[in-house]
Amino acid sequence: MSDVHDEFLAEAQEIIEALSRDLLFLDQAQKEGNVQPDLINEVFRGVHTLKGIAGMFGFQTLSAMAHTLEDLLDDLRLGRVQLSQEVLDVLFEGVEGFQRLLGEGADQEAVDVKDFAQSIERVSKKSGGGRATLEELDLDESVLAVLTEYEEHRLRTNVTQGTPLYRLRVRFSLTTIDSNLEELKERAKSIAEIITYLPSVGGGDGDEIDLDVLLASSAPANELGEVLAAGGEAELELIRRKGVRKTSHEALVPPPIPIESEPPRRPTPTSRPPAPVHTPAPPPKGAAGVPRDMSADALSLRSVANTVRVDIRKLDHLMNVVGELAIVRSAVARITERIRSRDDLRQLAIELHRVNRGFERHLEELQDGILDVRMVPLGQLFDKLARIIRQVAREHDKEVRLLVTGAETEVDKLIVEELSDPLMHLIRNAIDHGIESPKVRELAGKGSEGILSLNAYQKGNHVVLEIEDDGAGMNEEMLVQAAIRKGIISRDAAEEITSQDALELIFMPGFSTRSAITDLSGRGVGMDVVKTNINRLGGVVDVWSDHGSGTKFTITLPVTLAIISALLVRVAGRDFAIPITSVQEAILLDRTAVRTVEGREVISLRGATLPLCRLDHLFRLLPVQSDRRFVVVCAVGQRRVGFVVDGLDGQQDIVIKALGKSLRDVRGFAGATDLGDQRVALVLDAPGLLEEVLRSQELPSLGAEPS
Amino acid sequence: MRAFVRAALEEELGAEVMEAESGLRALRNLPGESFDLVIVDVNMPDLNGLELVSFIRKHERHATTPILLISTEAAARDREKGIALGANGFLSKPFTPDALCERARELIGGSDSG
Repeated sequence: MSDVHDEFLAEAQEIIEALSRDLLFLDQAQKEGNVQPDLINEVFRGVHTLKGIAGMFGFQTLSAMAHTLEDLLDDLRLGRVQLSQEVLDVLFEGVEGFQRLLGEGADQEAVDVKDFAQSIERVSKKSGGGRATLEELDLDESVLAVLTEYEEHRLRTNVTQGTPLYRLRVRFSLTTIDSNLEELKERAKSIAEIITYLPSVGGGDGDEIDLDVLLASSAPANELGEVLAAGGEAELELIRRKGVRKTSHEALVPPPIPIESEPPRRPTPTSRPPAPVHTPAPPPKGAAGVPRDMSADALSLRSVANTVRVDIRKLDHLMNVVGELAIVRSAVARITERIRSRDDLRQLAIELHRVNRGFERHLEELQDGILDVRMVPLGQLFDKLARIIRQVAREHDKEVRLLVTGAETEVDKLIVEELSDPLMHLIRNAIDHGIESPKVRELAGKGSEGILSLNAYQKGNHVVLEIEDDGAGMNEEMLVQAAIRKGIISRDAAEEITSQDALELIFMPGFSTRSAITDLSGRGVGMDVVKTNINRLGGVVDVWSDHGSGTKFTITLPVTLAIISALLVRVAGRDFAIPITSVQEAILLDRTAVRTVEGREVISLRGATLPLCRLDHLFRLLPVQSDRRFVVVCAVGQRRVGFVVDGLDGQQDIVIKALGKSLRDVRGFAGATDLGDQRVALVLDAPGLLEEVLRSQELPSLGAEPS
Repeated sequence: MRAFVRAALEEELGAEVMEAESGLRALRNLPGESFDLVIVDVNMPDLNGLELVSFIRKHERHATTPILLISTEAAARDREKGIALGANGFLSKPFTPDALCERARELIGGSDSG
């Protein structure tokens, strides 16, 4: 695929993400009955741009679809169509369609534009706006004559809402008018809606120009005047309804200081907060000498040049190179050791060592830098999920409010990609099975609106993600009964099952409490797949639920997959690596302290019982005689296991290489790594092993299970 | 958009084109110059196109300069207003370079200033 094509895809993706975000804001605003015209305009512009670039790159279906959507948005912004949940449905449907058309290998027929146009037709019941109100305003005929339909609509809307209208007379010098205007816009943003700019008659001669700015604002007039006139010459006048006698108008004439400053950068859609609060940038002193033309254009160019889009595969490649360099570094360190043992070369060894240390430091910096570039905020994913939540809730006639915290938490891009499906599944479940219908909720004494929380935060080397709902929760008894029916556990086992274990049954393959899997959460995938996917990322998922009050899933993930720190251990004469993120501590095994409980070995560690797992036994390796053995305590989430090993070989940064195709299904290993001295170590999949060991309580070894 | 219009006019008509990035900039440049044709988009960052048309017509120098108004297809009302304010013709977006040049030729040919 060509670069240009990729560039288009990346840009289109950005637009779609921004659209999706804006639609969510719009959805919220519609529910609260406070729709900002700017937001509709933003969406309109996004779709318009998408239409343009799609047409240019030959994505005809996409372009046609954007075109129909643009018409609807135009009607919306002109008030010909009122924004409703049904209209929002169609808008969201449109964004989904764009996404499908852009998907990998998407065929251009994937979306039926005619169908979509019909959906639009259905919701576009035009409502004629009242015309009379504008004539009541004390505005000149000549002013009304030059307003566009959109401006008229905005004027009318403000009159209908009872928002006071003002005429702000400003005088700008011809040489600085562009920056003056930008500044005025920025100042007005938080306090008023600018409807239009009217050049006053005769303006444009000489060095100055008078402009009448028509604006609407519900802020007190004196405050409005202060904000708008800051640093300039301005005169604010209330536009009255006809028949109301003008008294005096409020003139605000601060000393006429020529204002000139860099035009503030337009905030990108990605940074739009739910309630935009803008603090105008203070005019920088000494900028007066900058030629206006240059400053404006140069600035916009610079802001574009500050970021680049990079294919994640290129970063993977760089990371691999870093991995190779780390191996070189280890090799040099070993050679240094050998040289050091020669008395005549001692000095040389010391120098070599120093150089290698410097190399190591820079390598670490390089590695951190690359890792940093790979990090993206989880918010990107949350936005996508918010769209799904809205859709699913609408389909199920449930009211759901989404609460998000920690959207700025950063995770490796690849992890974010892989998280999307499992999270979507959990969320569909939460709405489908968890959150009750508004009526049921009210009967249960809850608010009709269900709360779904997405929380993310960093905890050491891990990122924790919580998906919590305040719905019906899970009934342990029903889970156990279902598991017995499906033959997942025996009746005997069911007798003794703890309530936590009962909840964990949902992760067993083949488990589903509903006889008919609903189209939504079902999709033929169960919670076991969610768990497998999370495990594959080196993470674990824990569940908590209280029947009647809600369910919470907690996902613990490593921050990155690219390069990891590992503890090297020896088992039966072989090398293994255990990701350090899973290791809590390593202790010497005191043979006399080992007890056997229910057929498995345990030790007491600071008052808590720790189950042991002998790795040589687990991997069916011939045990070697050893006086000293160690216990590597691994923990993932709430669970701990002590792996018994023959020796500890220190800590090392490793790059995990995937096992070949034929070995991919072997469980218990995350991959292999080159230790840099022609030794290869298998990397343990600690979370996977831990699960396996704790689950197979009755089984003597992992190998006994067919895989 | 401006680059597209400029290219079409320069290549097909051999016209000398002067661009303005916004309505206000146009406002600044207009008084001192003479034009055979002014092309105005209804949607501009500051002034709207109708305001600019109105302004151009108020200037003695440009009382008869032909004005071509560009708007989206849906903006029928804006077009009507523009014509009422003194625009001589209109063109709906999107348009081809040929369509633009044809309209431009018609308007230039029809005016007194030639």
